[in-house]
Amino acid sequence: MEVLMIFAIGILFTVSTYLILTKSLLRVVLGVLILSHGAHLLFLTLSGLKTGAPPLLGEEAGSYTDPLPQALVLTAIVIGFGITAFMLVLAYRTYKVHETDNFDELRGSDDD
Amino acid sequence: MSTLHIIPLAPFLFAFLIPLFYKKFRHIHTGWFVLPLPLIIFIYLLQFLPLGGTAFQPVEVTVAWVASLGVDFTVYLDGLSLLFALLISGIGTLVVLYSIYYIANKRDEPLNNFYVYLLMFMGAMLGVVLSDNLIVLYVFWELTSLSSALLIGYWYHKERSRYGAQKSMLITVTGGFAMLAGFTLLYLMTGTFSVQEIIAMSDQIAASPYFVPAMILVLAGAFTKSAQFPFHIWLPDAMEAPTPVSAYLHSATMVKAGIYLVARLTPLFGGQAEWFWIVTGFGLLTLLWGSVSAVRQKDLKGILAFSTVSQLGLIMSLLGMGSAAFHYDVIDGESLYTVAILAAVFHLFNHATFKGSLFMVVGIIDHETGTRDIRKLGGLMAIMPVTFTISLIGVASMAGLPPFNGFLSKEIFFEGALNITTLDMFNVETLGFLIPVVAWIASVFTFVYSMMMFFQTFTGKHKPEELPKHAHEAPVGMLISPAVLGLMVIVFGLFPNMLAYTVIEPAMQSILPGLLGEGEQFYVNIYHWHGLNTELLMTMGVVLIGTALFLNFDKLQQTAFYLGERDPLNGAYDNGLTGLISGAQYVDGVQMTGKLRHYFTYMFVFLVAVLSYALIRTNAFAIDLANTAQISPYMFFIILALSLSTIAVPFMTKRVPAIILVGIIGFLVALIFVVIRAPDLALTQLLVETVMVVLFLLVFYHLPELRKESFKPVFKWSNLLISLSVGAVVTITGLSAHAFSHGHDISPISDYFVENAYALAGGENIVNVILVDFRGLDTLLEVFVLGIVALGVVVLIKYKASGREEV
Repeated sequence: MEVLMIFAIGILFTVSTYLILTKSLLRVVLGVLILSHGAHLLFLTLSGLKTGAPPLLGEEAGSYTDPLPQALVLTAIVIGFGITAFMLVLAYRTYKVHETDNFDELRGSDDD
Repeated sequence: MSTLHIIPLAPFLFAFLIPLFYKKFRHIHTGWFVLPLPLIIFIYLLQFLPLGGTAFQPVEVTVAWVASLGVDFTVYLDGLSLLFALLISGIGTLVVLYSIYYIANKRDEPLNNFYVYLLMFMGAMLGVVLSDNLIVLYVFWELTSLSSALLIGYWYHKERSRYGAQKSMLITVTGGFAMLAGFTLLYLMTGTFSVQEIIAMSDQIAASPYFVPAMILVLAGAFTKSAQFPFHIWLPDAMEAPTPVSAYLHSATMVKAGIYLVARLTPLFGGQAEWFWIVTGFGLLTLLWGSVSAVRQKDLKGILAFSTVSQLGLIMSLLGMGSAAFHYDVIDGESLYTVAILAAVFHLFNHATFKGSLFMVVGIIDHETGTRDIRKLGGLMAIMPVTFTISLIGVASMAGLPPFNGFLSKEIFFEGALNITTLDMFNVETLGFLIPVVAWIASVFTFVYSMMMFFQTFTGKHKPEELPKHAHEAPVGMLISPAVLGLMVIVFGLFPNMLAYTVIEPAMQSILPGLLGEGEQFYVNIYHWHGLNTELLMTMGVVLIGTALFLNFDKLQQTAFYLGERDPLNGAYDNGLTGLISGAQYVDGVQMTGKLRHYFTYMFVFLVAVLSYALIRTNAFAIDLANTAQISPYMFFIILALSLSTIAVPFMTKRVPAIILVGIIGFLVALIFVVIRAPDLALTQLLVETVMVVLFLLVFYHLPELRKESFKPVFKWSNLLISLSVGAVVTITGLSAHAFSHGHDISPISDYFVENAYALAGGENIVNVILVDFRGLDTLLEVFVLGIVALGVVVLIKYKASGREEV
């Protein structure tokens, strides 16, 4: 499963990179979002998938799935959410002020 | 911690009080508060002087600092460091006293800055000479550069002050950095940063391939600091500093830090041909260049600056010549080549006294007449008789005339230079005859500029109309310090052997250890009259030729040599700096386009390049199909759906389908979390994703429709190429890392959390326990980040004002 997963992650990275390199604000924001999905999955996959029960001691299993990467990714999801929310509002504000969402047109605005 | 540790630290601590004194006792000159500190240090250090004629016992006290890296704050007090520490604190006392009268306590004079910088320098310089650990030494060394630059730029409203400060900073710090590299090489060879331990291992490391590079790098630091050719160009520009600073830092102490380092490391590198020729050669070149350049100057401080350059070269060359002593046994503490070391130590001391007093005298002239231009000055002998007397002593000593101390050390210098020609190694046979010749020529020029600055200032016609101020004698307080130094010039000129047992012999012992047997010591006897020998004839020649040249000074003034004043090497520095700045601006212009796409391209290309290089370099590519979790059919479909919806995103031309697709990707990721046994992640992801889609739809209601990307084909294909290579590199890295982790026995660190989650934190959900207990502070900071984000979101939405309106 890991190998298949890594290939899927590769696709996530490819698409997000492509989106980030475009000129449209919306696409860039979407690209960053997909990139964070890819990073989270990569992190979990490399620590080994399904190596035991869920990391809940109540399960009383012999072995548990590694809890540390999960804790780190949980933090990352929340931070990623915060960043994306901020970027969205920034995009909204930028559009309101400059009336364009094209990065080439935003460059070197006189208002700055 | 011992009293010796407090010596270098006390000025730093004291500096914290200066702003307080400055603000609270505004009507009292801040200098009065500073004055006791160097005096106390000086008196305290005096007790270490060996007076009973016994050999000096070095004192060593260690305080562990970064013990794991071998960085200890070890204070090592031997003859050499004692000599320097006494000079720093003694001349420091006189300079502070002098500065009280030199810098008036005016309303807008930032005296607090001045004394904070001065104390910072004093502490740093004491640290340099007292520290045995190379890293600690380096830190103090750079602090002296920093405080020197701050003091040069003290009157920062002047353009030339800023130029001088920047120049000295750039040159000395660059050298200091090279020196750090040299120290690192020494550490690589010996495994210790302690100077004494390194010296003890000098025999072993002489064969190392790093030995000569380390030597050259360390010398680069010493040469830039001690203004050796061609790095001397910063010193004349440093004369923009207030004169007390020039007297203290740029003649008596800081510029001798390089000399100190060379002397300190002579036991390590001395005896090598490279060391002999580099130190002697650059020293002699500097001696000659400085003395010839000094003749061209019209500014009194300019003359003294180049004179300092030249004298530093003299001491440096003596240390180089003296290093030859390591090849010969010393009989009864005397040898042909140790004479050069004797001359170096003696002249170091003499130079500090006579040059210090001369700088202070020039400061007085500047202060009382308003100019330092020798073309405007003249006839001050009758107006400023005390200043005149002190100058006479200083100048005569500098020119090498009896009975002052400068004469004695110059005689020994000639003796050392003549002795070296008898050396029959290092190829001295071929070029060695040049050494006394250069020494003699430089001495002639030294004599000429000494005469020049003296007679042009004090004799001739007084020209009051050219002077900005009405000239008169300086106040008594200002005259005390130069008078004390002048007195020392006479006393140690008449009774040089007062210094011999107390200062010179212990210092020689530190520079030339291992040459003496147990219980032996150097015997130094300095005489005025050696009979009519070659050295005396050389001095007579200097006086004769020098006087002849000076009498023809009128003709010299017409030559192009005299009319130009600036050192030709300054052009190289100025052009280099301009080139550096315009080069940086060019690169900046090419690179920083202001386009987000370009910046991302740099990052991605760099990422791909580094990862591929690492993969190829370590030949890491591997794929492991065996050790994988079993795949269930529904998982296969989830991954397939994830891949397909991801690929579809770039093809969406409407915003709503694009957002919904990304939402689907998020929910699929949540599903994957469920399958791979991560319930907390799945819950969080579901919540976040739901809020996110709502947020997207809310915001994009206000944003325009997606347009078709209007890239030129070349950009479109390059974008595609970059994205594909990023994806490929990530995939390959992931696969290789996965294979690697199964090929090696790597035990996860998370076992600790599994075992202790209940025992230590009383929680059954291990992930939660890690987040809120084991790594609780991280989570707290994460909440803090989210708080900042929330604040930013509110501000961005609520406050509608654009940049120019009031917020």
